Amino acid sequence: MAQLNSRIPPGALSEKWRRHKADIRLVNPANKRKYEIIVVGAGLAGASAAATLSELGYRVSCFVFHDSPRRAHSIAAQGGINAAKNYQNDGDSVHRLFYDTVKGGDYRSREANVYRLAEVSVDIIDQCVAQGVPFAREYGGLLANRSFGGAQVSRTFYARGQTGQQLLLGAYSALSRAISAGGVQMHVHSEMLDLVIVGGHAKGIVVRDLVTGEVTRHSADAVVLATGGYGNVFNLSTYARGSNATAIWRAYKRGACFANPCFTQIHPTCIPVTGDYQSKLTLMSESLRNDGRIWVPKRKEDRLKPPGSIAEDDRDYYLERIYPSFGNLCPRDVASRAAKRVCDEGRGVGETGLGVYLDFSEAIGRLGEAAVRERYGNLFDIYHEITNENAYKVPMRIFPAVHYAMGGMWVDYNLMSNIPGLFVLGEANFSDHGANRLGASALMQGLADGYFVIPYTIGDYLATQKPGSRSAADAPEFAQAEENVRAITRRLLGVKGKSPVSDFHKRLGRILWQHCGMARNKAGLEKALREIPALRAEFWESVNVPGSAESLNQSLERAGRVADFLELGELLCRDALTREESCGCHFREEHQFPDGECKRDDANFAHVAAWEYAGEGVAPVRNVEPLVYEAVKMSVRNYK
Amino acid sequence: MSAATFNVTLRVWRQAGPGQPGRFVEYAARGVNPDMSFLEMLDVVNDELTLRGEEPIAFAHDCREGICGTCSLTIDGKPHGPHGGVASCQTYMRSYKDGDTIVVEPFRARPFPVIKDLVTDRSAFDQIQQAGGFITARTGSAPDANANPIAKEVADLAMDAAQCIGCGACVAACKNSSAMLFVAAKVSHLGLLPQGQPERDRRVLAMVRTMDGLGFGGCTNQYECSAACPKLISHDFIARMNRDYAKAVFRAAFRPLPADAGGE
Repeated sequence: MAQLNSRIPPGALSEKWRRHKADIRLVNPANKRKYEIIVVGAGLAGASAAATLSELGYRVSCFVFHDSPRRAHSIAAQGGINAAKNYQNDGDSVHRLFYDTVKGGDYRSREANVYRLAEVSVDIIDQCVAQGVPFAREYGGLLANRSFGGAQVSRTFYARGQTGQQLLLGAYSALSRAISAGGVQMHVHSEMLDLVIVGGHAKGIVVRDLVTGEVTRHSADAVVLATGGYGNVFNLSTYARGSNATAIWRAYKRGACFANPCFTQIHPTCIPVTGDYQSKLTLMSESLRNDGRIWVPKRKEDRLKPPGSIAEDDRDYYLERIYPSFGNLCPRDVASRAAKRVCDEGRGVGETGLGVYLDFSEAIGRLGEAAVRERYGNLFDIYHEITNENAYKVPMRIFPAVHYAMGGMWVDYNLMSNIPGLFVLGEANFSDHGANRLGASALMQGLADGYFVIPYTIGDYLATQKPGSRSAADAPEFAQAEENVRAITRRLLGVKGKSPVSDFHKRLGRILWQHCGMARNKAGLEKALREIPALRAEFWESVNVPGSAESLNQSLERAGRVADFLELGELLCRDALTREESCGCHFREEHQFPDGECKRDDANFAHVAAWEYAGEGVAPVRNVEPLVYEAVKMSVRNYK
Repeated sequence: MSAATFNVTLRVWRQAGPGQPGRFVEYAARGVNPDMSFLEMLDVVNDELTLRGEEPIAFAHDCREGICGTCSLTIDGKPHGPHGGVASCQTYMRSYKDGDTIVVEPFRARPFPVIKDLVTDRSAFDQIQQAGGFITARTGSAPDANANPIAKEVADLAMDAAQCIGCGACVAACKNSSAMLFVAAKVSHLGLLPQGQPERDRRVLAMVRTMDGLGFGGCTNQYECSAACPKLISHDFIARMNRDYAKAVFRAAFRPLPADAGGE
């Protein structure tokens, strides 16, 4: 069994991070340049980490599968980034942001990590403004804020509907500066395909150059994974097509524990599915819920009527009705489930019946169309491009879609996994969002981890490693990892079956969406646990991967990622089946209150489930890290 | 929602690798749904090619919502296709009708060599950024974010420039393969903000010189760039960059910049 030591520092919650920074080991400046650090991924977490570690004097190599570090999917985040600045003087504080995040996560996150996140949130905004991130401002020149779900204060900073883009370009500019200064070696088109463990420590990676097909080994004193979330396991999601779990999955197979894989966020406001050819779902930012009102007809018979012809009295603004104090701004898991429920009742709108209205007519009447355009214009444009409908005139139709993974690699307070020397940042780790992430908190966490946590905590590990002691890339462990990578590639190309990779990805997605999506139950999960291994077996018998390994081969890239998803999907269902409670996004139909809200079981499940790989065909080991709440009293979440 | 499906013919640029000869190959795309995106249509064609034992068409794509800047198709001679203000991935098949022939090529520009089929190497943009497309702000040393108010108009204009997605359509649309809209967007975004002043001269000099050195052409005021830009970034920023550049050259002539000096 893996040893899970969360290394939460002693002392009062508000003192832990300060004390920890003072207590942890340091690496002296002259020694820093003797350490080589590998950073995989250059989204918000990876780019900010690579840039900052290089500023400190470490030698950094950064690997991305994209053609440029500016392409990571952080770029697509729309709505904003939370920070406890309290610039609006509306009662916000570090403690309130911490509390909202813990409560929003349905008491399944680690208290100390979340508190630290809230603490450093204020530094993030300072840092980003200094880099030139053009956040929205008021006429007086001060920074503007908006509200997001799960909060009753206005603490979200934003740059139109392109906040992720602007924050990523800020981190990318810092990374560009570090590259030009020679502090970061940038490797683009380079996909990490294995983690190398030497003497129990993470000491390198094996990558494939996606253009030339060349497989190379890279050794380092520490490895940092910032490779994002695994939501594409569902095939249809708001993720970029290239987003994948391969780096963390291969790390899992080398012994890193995978925590709470079933905690996957389904975002309530996305454009509904139209056809089988569909490759992705597009998010309509949660910020729209500031001014948009969500409704369906009260009567089933009205569901196909033009929305404008349905009288006010015949509409059910169900979020405002059920959750009067948070209304349309209740958390994502709550809003998604409510949408599913009204659609299950037969009141869903649109041809498929899988949609609800997001209506701006009231806001347009109150503020005028120009003001709505100023706030959300680019989102209305995106909606128009995709649906050919004008949302200024008719309400948007929206439906929940897979959006984020709260689960991920298990990490301790230092963001180090159970494998010494392997650090995991951003969405790729599990620690801060519990069973549900609040809107505008992903950007906060990615940048907190990269700019303000890892630069301190990695030194605590490196100080235990003698400078220059890392093993060379010709060590047998590297050779074995490289052979593993080559064998997987050979196997994929060698099947030469009759079905394209996309076929398996779609079928896996359908199984997961049906049985491990917004509502889960024992029978469905057990069915999925039979279907997924069968689908995986079929994949290895009949997948067709054309082309060769020696050049750009997008089919081969996707095949490797889908092969990993076919394994990860099973772990998702296994985790969901074992967690016999409902919490946040994880809604087990057997565990609910009469009004359909989540019924947690704190006596038996107030813990992190960290799964440990035990070999092919062997059931993984479920390790447990108890969650101890000292500052917050666990209670039933109430947004009513 | 879904209207009747239809058929189109694609003439697609196929090229096995960098520096190799390429050619157009015709493919039939059948059963096209008008709600499909252009890239989803290519996905379907690629799955058919795979089943027929042919190699699928390589094309660059990722977010499929017009923000990552990866997709880069020239469709019927226009970078990102027939509509203004969108990326290739935001082009939908409802723009076409049954029987259409659609020509699909990579972005064409000498500084963007073809890697394979429709995929090009746009790393030149990263090199321009690395030359000076940043504000030096070491992590941990920033003042409070509200310490320096910035007029909304200035912040808005900086944001207009900052939305560049780095796709390279401006270069592909320009007969000179000029990258001036891209560079101007970056230079203006940072140069408009008070935080960007200390490095303003050095930034514009370094970025423009790197751009020239990489083989991008000059601007001859045709404005094809802003017409093709998926974010409709205005060519006014090019004029702003030219002024910045001229001032920086002038100042440098009288007061040569030490390696670590600021602009003012």
